[in-house]
Amino acid sequence: MNLNEEVELLKGVPIFAKIEPAKLKLLAFTSERMNFAVGQELCHQGDPGDAMYVILGGVADILIDSSAGQIRVAELKRNDFVGEISVLCDVPRTATVMAREQLNTLKISRDTLYRMCEEVPQMAIEMMRELAHRLEDTNKKLQAATRAAA
Amino acid sequence: MQRNLFSYIWRHSRREQIVILGLVVLAQIFYFLSLSVPKSIVNNGISGNAFKDAPTVQMLSITIPVPRFIGRDIHLFDGFTADQLTYLVIMSFVFLGAVIINGQFRKSINTQKGRMGERMLRRLRYELYDRILRFPAAHFRKVKQAELATMIKDEVEPLGGFIGDAFVQPMFLGGQALTAIVFILMQNWILSLVVIVLLAVQMMIVPRLRKPVLVLGRQRQLSARLLAGRIAETADGVNEIHIHGSSNYERADISERLGHIFRIRFELYNKKFVAKFWNNILSQATPFAIYLLGGYFAITGKMDVGAVVGVLLAYKDLPGPIKELIDWDQQRQDVQIKYEQVIDQFQPEGMMPPELQTMPDGPPPPLGHELVLAGVTVTEDGRVKQLDAVSLVVPTDAKIAVIGASSSGKDVLGQVLARLVLPNGGSIKIDGKDFLQLPEYLLGSRLGYIGQETYLFPQSVRDNLLFGLKHRPISPAKYEGDVAAARELFWLEAARSGNPALDPNADWIDYELAGATGPADLLPCMVHALQQVELDDDIYSLGLRGAIDAALRPDLAEKILKARHTLHERLKDQKNAGLIETFDADKYNKNLSVAENLLFGTSVGTDFDGDNLAANPYVQTVLLKTGLDKDLLSMGLSIAETMVELFSGLSPDNPLFEQYSFISADELPNVRLLLQRLGGKGVEAVPPSDQARLMTLPLRYIEARHRLGLIDGAMEDRLLAARRAFAENLPANLRGSVEFYDFDQYNSAATLLDNILFGRVVYGQAQSESRIRALLTDVLAELHLRDSVIEVGLEYNVGVAGRRLPATQRQKLGIARALIKRPQFLIVNEAVAVFDGRTQDRMRDNILAAADGRGVVWIASRPGQSEPFKRIVVMQSGKVVEQGSPEELAAKGKVYAELMSSA
Repeated sequence: MNLNEEVELLKGVPIFAKIEPAKLKLLAFTSERMNFAVGQELCHQGDPGDAMYVILGGVADILIDSSAGQIRVAELKRNDFVGEISVLCDVPRTATVMAREQLNTLKISRDTLYRMCEEVPQMAIEMMRELAHRLEDTNKKLQAATRAAA
Repeated sequence: MQRNLFSYIWRHSRREQIVILGLVVLAQIFYFLSLSVPKSIVNNGISGNAFKDAPTVQMLSITIPVPRFIGRDIHLFDGFTADQLTYLVIMSFVFLGAVIINGQFRKSINTQKGRMGERMLRRLRYELYDRILRFPAAHFRKVKQAELATMIKDEVEPLGGFIGDAFVQPMFLGGQALTAIVFILMQNWILSLVVIVLLAVQMMIVPRLRKPVLVLGRQRQLSARLLAGRIAETADGVNEIHIHGSSNYERADISERLGHIFRIRFELYNKKFVAKFWNNILSQATPFAIYLLGGYFAITGKMDVGAVVGVLLAYKDLPGPIKELIDWDQQRQDVQIKYEQVIDQFQPEGMMPPELQTMPDGPPPPLGHELVLAGVTVTEDGRVKQLDAVSLVVPTDAKIAVIGASSSGKDVLGQVLARLVLPNGGSIKIDGKDFLQLPEYLLGSRLGYIGQETYLFPQSVRDNLLFGLKHRPISPAKYEGDVAAARELFWLEAARSGNPALDPNADWIDYELAGATGPADLLPCMVHALQQVELDDDIYSLGLRGAIDAALRPDLAEKILKARHTLHERLKDQKNAGLIETFDADKYNKNLSVAENLLFGTSVGTDFDGDNLAANPYVQTVLLKTGLDKDLLSMGLSIAETMVELFSGLSPDNPLFEQYSFISADELPNVRLLLQRLGGKGVEAVPPSDQARLMTLPLRYIEARHRLGLIDGAMEDRLLAARRAFAENLPANLRGSVEFYDFDQYNSAATLLDNILFGRVVYGQAQSESRIRALLTDVLAELHLRDSVIEVGLEYNVGVAGRRLPATQRQKLGIARALIKRPQFLIVNEAVAVFDGRTQDRMRDNILAAADGRGVVWIASRPGQSEPFKRIVVMQSGKVVEQGSPEELAAKGKVYAELMSSA
């Protein structure tokens, strides 16, 4: 897959949808293509993190350690992104991400992400929007859970 | 060392001086001969004066002309008869002979003088260096190393030139001057008295005029020495200067110093020329007096004219020697001052007596059983008491921890036990003998010391590791034939200069001390020592990145090849597939750059290195012939277009440029203009001046990494054709510049790692590096190659002061250096402080395990480190306040309780 095909894929990712193609190409060029075999981990809970991943193909599981062992809390598929919490907040990985099938990703390092956000503020806004959606979603789930518990 | 340079020279070179003096006297005979023969040739041989009366004359009566005021000429040989032509021929050859002999003498004298000077210089330098080795440790806190180096290297240098003339010159010149004065005396005593008085005045005044010159010369020497010290300081503190942004303050300082030196040197010129001026005036005062007084005597008839002329003629020979004598005297004072100034710096108080550094003639005896410190006091410059009357019994086989606050004096105690610091009061006895009088080699082999910082010599890891085993030559180096004879002469010469005839090429490694029997089984000992300090993995990594010459180590090269084959066997396994793209002569390697694909080998030297490849004329002809130049050009154009597209909007200082762009931020606007001018007209329209620049762009392009889709199947084939053309037609003079990839050949230019991998780890495979690494480790372990790789890593040069190793590795190497000699008594002086908490405890346990059955004094950087010790010494304010087992101390130790609770 060459750069132009990657750019086509990136256009489908919601946070990158409104970014002009030239900048997407720069993002793709400065990022690393990374393939994972089944069972390989993108990141491990508790480890320091320095990169986020955009899933270009395949499925991965998000696993969280618990007293009963790892539990699967969500899955990632094409166009999802993961690992941004560690990169943005400089905290250890909050979950383990493991490839469930052959996984095709774009690995964006912390430095590249910061520099791209500086160059393309649109990208920062889109990421904010996506993160806000996730927060809202989490809030809803929390409310539901509290209600269920009460 | 004598403070007087003359007695020093005389003491060490009197025999040579006398021989040279004899040669000088002998040479005079032939010198006069070479002067007198031309006169005979001109007068008799050419003008024929002697043949006016007879056709033949008696010739070759050898006569030594002696100045008339001494006596008559000496006739040595009456000669034989000859006609004028024969006479001319014979006398011409006699002249030639005399000139040659005279020249031979001169050459011999100068050579001998030079050799004597160089020998003395060698001796002096050696003695000075020898003194550095015996300086008390405290002295190094006061002197700067650069100043010591300047003194030994530069400041004693002029002495060598002077030593050859030290005695011969004054004798010779003095003799000449004396004969001239005697002759003047014989002519007229009043006149000669005047001459002598004037000469005396001259000899008194001129040195006095030169006195300020000497004083300034001394200042010049000192200021130059300080400058050298200052420059070294700048190099040492360069990080501080950058961090604090104080470079301009440094500039101010150096400018001030240089100004000072300029003033001294300029003043020196002034004084020198003033002295010269007066010297000239004074030396003309004597002929002035002879003219005036002699003329007066002649006119008044008290002296005849002939005598006045005679005096003048005799005087003609006087100023030369006198002037040179004065110059010699000047030089003498100059070097005497230089000598004194150097010598003064090399006699500090408390130098170690030479007996303590004698070389052992056999294996070292054991150290003794018990160290007894009684009232040991150490003061810093007589002010602060660092150790205050410490009395302590330390069995050399006990494990003792010393704890205390950071200023408790515990570190000083450790240094005293290693004799790095000498006590100002009290005594240290070992089995009743004075500990301070033990020879150094005994301490060096039986006592280990590790301080907080480790100094490493700029040699290999191996040399540093084995440094503590080199106390005496164990077995001499073997020399054969001419080399052996040359070495004999070399040592003979060393002895003549008072240097020791020791051979650094001999095997100095005391294998027994390391627990080995010889060179063959030393490697396991070294690996073991590295394991004890957890440095083996690091050295193993260095080994993988090191290279070996297959010609020198065919056995190892063979084994590495085996590892390559084994690894590639494993790579065929499904779970390892696709980790490495193997070097295949018939396939384009997507994980190599275009340049690497063309070269398909490791570059040796600079011909094909990096950007040189594109500029190499041979490479250019290959590209032209295969038509690849057009391909590269269009690829370059394509890359340029992409770069302009990607990076145009970015600010020029964005780091993305440096990291990712093929074109620098400065050049990007030019390239953009070029593309605009081309207006999409394609490769054909590129002006020749821009072609070279565009063609070099794709050389760094790696398809798998950059993913611009520039290299399709057809292009791969063309690149492969160029690769083959490059290899097939490679001219003989470039054969050595590249070592081609060949699966069955060891590549001496590449690292061990690259040799084993024989391919490139692919881009874009998660954890491929670590998986390959694990695979590699397995293969090497299986083939028992791990130690061999470590052996290669041991050859890694650690750089100046070991700076090519990180601080923790330096310290580990320092500990291993102490452990490998298995010391009977080991002092660990806060040596693990550089490590993190968990590593500190692990290192302590490793060191204690390594010293099983032997003694350890552990100066703890944290009180908690004393946990495994059965005996603990507690220090406070330079005193031992409590000691005993942890249980005893826990029961009653107040300071101990405080320290342990704060830990």
